Amino acid sequence: MSGLAPIEPVLLARRGKPNSASLGTYLADGGYASWKKVLGGVKSAEWTPAKLTDVVKASGLRGRGGAGFPCGLKWTFVPSKEKRGDKPVYLLCNADESEPGTFKDRLLIENDPHQILEGMMLASFALEVKHAYIYIRGEMVHGAEILNAAVKEAHEKGLLGTDVLGSGVDLTITVHRGAGAYICGEETALIESLEGKRGHPRIKPPFPAVSGAWGCPTVVNNVETLCCVKHIVDRGAEWFKGVGRNEKNTGPKLYCVSGHVEKPGVYEAPIGIPWEQLLAMAGGIRGGRKLKAVIPGGSSAPMLTAAEIAGVPMDFDGLVAAKSMFGSAGIIVMDETADIPKAVTNIAKFYAHESCGQCTPCREGTPWLHKMLKRVVNGEGKKSDLDLLLQISNQMGNGMTICVFADAAIAPVISGITKFREEFEAYIAKSNHPDFALAAPEDLTNKVADRTASWRA
Amino acid sequence: MTPSTPAPERTGEHSALSCGRTLSFSRETRADFDRLLGRYPTKQSALLPTLWLAQREWGWISREAVDYVATLLDLAPAFVWGVVTFYTMYNRAPVGKHLIQVCTSISCHLNGAEEVFHECKKRLGGLKSGEVSPDGKFTVIEVECLAQCDKAPAVMVNDDDYFVITKDKLDAFLGSLK
Repeated sequence: MSGLAPIEPVLLARRGKPNSASLGTYLADGGYASWKKVLGGVKSAEWTPAKLTDVVKASGLRGRGGAGFPCGLKWTFVPSKEKRGDKPVYLLCNADESEPGTFKDRLLIENDPHQILEGMMLASFALEVKHAYIYIRGEMVHGAEILNAAVKEAHEKGLLGTDVLGSGVDLTITVHRGAGAYICGEETALIESLEGKRGHPRIKPPFPAVSGAWGCPTVVNNVETLCCVKHIVDRGAEWFKGVGRNEKNTGPKLYCVSGHVEKPGVYEAPIGIPWEQLLAMAGGIRGGRKLKAVIPGGSSAPMLTAAEIAGVPMDFDGLVAAKSMFGSAGIIVMDETADIPKAVTNIAKFYAHESCGQCTPCREGTPWLHKMLKRVVNGEGKKSDLDLLLQISNQMGNGMTICVFADAAIAPVISGITKFREEFEAYIAKSNHPDFALAAPEDLTNKVADRTASWRA
Repeated sequence: MTPSTPAPERTGEHSALSCGRTLSFSRETRADFDRLLGRYPTKQSALLPTLWLAQREWGWISREAVDYVATLLDLAPAFVWGVVTFYTMYNRAPVGKHLIQVCTSISCHLNGAEEVFHECKKRLGGLKSGEVSPDGKFTVIEVECLAQCDKAPAVMVNDDDYFVITKDKLDAFLGSLK
């Protein structure tokens, strides 16, 4: 395992500076230079939407919200002017950060909102958007106030509005607050919620790029992704490509480290730094204890044992190779004192609470998983419970539902039980349930389970 | 419908609690509402922000608030109620002056949040989750991840964030809420 050279903070460069959220300090630090540069090059055609898109494509930027989809490529899915006709294009900034273990976007919103706005302005230029929205989660009340104040300042300074800086470009940004629903971070649920409905994910296709908000072409990008766009236009695609582990994992990345570490927090590093290097940044395991398990990409990612995470590059491909996922880079660290069955039960409670209720396997499955896990940790488990939990899980995921929520819900259950089975069995051994010894039900394994077997540990 | 015809009052069957009086926005809130409409291509899109205005004005979303918002936005009250019940942050009953929201998701759980939640209710006289204390000052609820995982256990009181509320800090924390 070799480390990656540390970098000067880019996304977090302005963290902790006095009044870092104000337009004045942002301008003093060279902010909006890229927005002015691009707008200044509109009339000479030095900057065109296609050119900006090409720059972002060349940078190799992958979406920072969870899926890791190439950002520039996503933008090219928006139909051309000829094809979309009079329909406007919308850009939605996904600031619905709700994945347990993830807290990077909050930091960007509260410390450096103009960085996000500049990223949105540049993305809006590339996509020919005239009205962009920030969907911020309801709980971030102050974050929404900060963003609203920043938008107001930008309007007053003429950086937003009609004919911005005489370029002929029009752009408005609206901050829209959610009201407490994890699922609204899923891009089609976010769109439904923006339209004033329950946040029910839509069946895809059509993808939002073709038919999204109000039936118009729509691009949804995460807060951190849009911040990266700003820095790519500032410093060039080559610079971005030069940071990170390889050409498929490029740029600086914010890592959220929480749980049993000495210094939980957000750390900026080249994407793909090895696990040990990241853990060292967070001060190592709390109290000098031993590592037991890591959930590397928000609670939806399968957990890895200490042995499995050793030497793993912390990026999209590195964690897929380790049979987990990078997700939102919410890294939850559990030391030797952690009670895995209780942790898994806690995560199951989250998914049971947050299922949107649209698809039966998820709506019914998530509370079942939670109830059964609760029974196990409360000392009332049955011998057959663990296999039943795995069987139920296997019938919820892999394409049984409209969105990937169910897959997220089963990942901690399957990985927890398969990797730490003895801890669950220890609870069951103490059980006083009257049906304790009843045989496991007939094997329910079906084709669905066979399909999921490929990614099970 | 000609513009001169007043919009029909929208009321209907849904299970929202009644506040016992007819509601309409104050002049300031009405102005905020009018501004909202200009920000979206459809009226319905203003539903979530309008419900926020209603909650700001009345503290919770009553049957009368649902009917009023439905009338404002030309929506069916049952639809509005369906949206209200989908989201956790619209209060469907009055809450205490301090709505204490304890995060118990995984990172906070690993730092003892469940115990903090239970202790919190106990120290406030054995309150049940969601119940208003007899003096009207406190309501304690359990919430999912607040994106403050590095400052676990995280708590929100109304709109404000509180960090690292461990069991030992609970008395000082509760004492700070007047």
